[in-house]
Amino acid sequence: MALFVLASVLALLTAFPLIWMVITALKPANEVFDGRLIPAEPTFGNFVYVFTEVPFARYMLNSFFVASTVTVVALWFHSMAAYAMARLRFPGRDFVFFAFFSTILVSLPVILVPLFVLVREMGMVNNYLGLIIPPLFNAFGLFLLRQFYLGLPRELEESALVDGCGYWRVYWSIVLPLSRPILAALAVFFFLANWNSFLWPLTIIQNQDLWVVQQAIASFRGQYSASWNYIMAASTVAALPTLLLFFIFQKQLVESIKTSGFK
Amino acid sequence: MSVNPATQTPKKSREPEGKPRRRRLSRKHSEWLAAALFIAPDGIGFLLFLGIPILLSLGLGFFQVSGFGGYAFVGLANYKRMFVDPLFIKSMTVTLIYVVVFVGGVFAASLGLALLVRQKMPFVGILRSAFFVPHVVSLVVIGVVWQFMLIPQRGVVNQFLEAVGIGSVSWLGRSELALATVLVVSIWVWMGYYMIIFLSGLQDIPREYYDAAKVDGARSWQVFRNVTWPLLKPTSFFVLLVSTVTGVAGVQAFDLIYVMTQGGPANSTALSIFYVYEQAFQFNDYGYAAAIASFLVLVLLIATAGMFLLTKGGRFEVD
Repeated sequence: MALFVLASVLALLTAFPLIWMVITALKPANEVFDGRLIPAEPTFGNFVYVFTEVPFARYMLNSFFVASTVTVVALWFHSMAAYAMARLRFPGRDFVFFAFFSTILVSLPVILVPLFVLVREMGMVNNYLGLIIPPLFNAFGLFLLRQFYLGLPRELEESALVDGCGYWRVYWSIVLPLSRPILAALAVFFFLANWNSFLWPLTIIQNQDLWVVQQAIASFRGQYSASWNYIMAASTVAALPTLLLFFIFQKQLVESIKTSGFK
Repeated sequence: MSVNPATQTPKKSREPEGKPRRRRLSRKHSEWLAAALFIAPDGIGFLLFLGIPILLSLGLGFFQVSGFGGYAFVGLANYKRMFVDPLFIKSMTVTLIYVVVFVGGVFAASLGLALLVRQKMPFVGILRSAFFVPHVVSLVVIGVVWQFMLIPQRGVVNQFLEAVGIGSVSWLGRSELALATVLVVSIWVWMGYYMIIFLSGLQDIPREYYDAAKVDGARSWQVFRNVTWPLLKPTSFFVLLVSTVTGVAGVQAFDLIYVMTQGGPANSTALSIFYVYEQAFQFNDYGYAAAIASFLVLVLLIATAGMFLLTKGGRFEVD
């Protein structure tokens, strides 16, 4: 029982900043610093302001478009490559896998400068291609998918091949449907990561029409530095899709983190 | 660019069936071809957007890049400059403090939480979610919210501190406190994530060990010392490794620093990766920025290799 009380207090403390964000978003400007947990005169005015006076809907749409496109295309590419590396026999397979896998240690900040130079040379600065294409390639999902395929029973695929199905048919009609659980988990993971990503958009997008929502929040803080009620409303809106995804797909998300523990 | 091969995959992988007049590919060769086509989209993409930048980053460090595209080979000049650049040295010190405290703090916090929420208690699912939830929200939002809460005098944290008699503190405005504050926020963001990893590690420990310890009348500290801790070592190693790598070179620190402090006050929170960004995109010194990034990778490689050696590949046979 003592442990339960301890855990509850810690949990409340942990969640407090996010609760405070939502509370402040509901307060009128003159109440922002009154320190109350319940707004005296709750208002949705801050949200209205964010969507009417600022093109926030546009930023949300940009983020949504980029994050979902990356998610779908990355899952498609990775599942094909993972299937080949788990199932098909070809010379140098282990080496190929290792080459992919070793990039898991390479983080964006470390290759930011050369990647930017390269992407600029390819004419992908300040457009959607630049926002979408480079983030597709990430070894984490590829690795988890390959692990998953290694654990699938082979019988179905083999009998399909004996019946004369091509590899594409086997992949598309047998392997993909079987991998629905892991694809769902990874989809949540990819969407969250790309929705939340900031450094890469910050580096390649100057055109305000192409801003993603994180860039908008970061620049709001400079522009409206006194109007914290607006900033908190914008932050709440930006956090809402991720919170919803988390509460709906909690189980899948936690599973994908557990399996990434290299067990 | 890299989309083309992908759209061709369905067509080409059926080729072996579709050309009856020519000699059909042997089964073995058609399998090779299919593998190549399945891997091509990812293969090209990884090569282009990870492989080439990795090679470039090593090369770029030897060049002086001017304004728009002029590259001049300068040999080791950028590397030599690092060791006489006080801001770079300062950033390495800040990075070292940040990583050591972050790794230690997040390790203790997440292991503690995992041990806590492993107990049987009401609403344990909700409690676990509460610890994890900061990790779901973007670091930009996190940084902005904390900045708001930490405003001197009027922010909620300082209002509370004044109410209990400690008084208002400028958490992000004083150079001796700013890094500590960013560290607290970093640990708060990541502890839920590593808690999940520890929880799954704890689940893998067979129940029989605990039952046996109970029969022997072991106290809870003894159980932890003799059962949990040794059997949790692979998980602990994973957590140490990943938190070190992400602490030095991950996006996590950059986003928080960019939003909360911009490296200040007096460069007290200017982590090396933030300094790389400044050199590249505020001073347009790509060559120097790339040199620093390569140096960081080198340091990281040495650090992780050291961790592997010290722990015998995470098996910890030293004990």
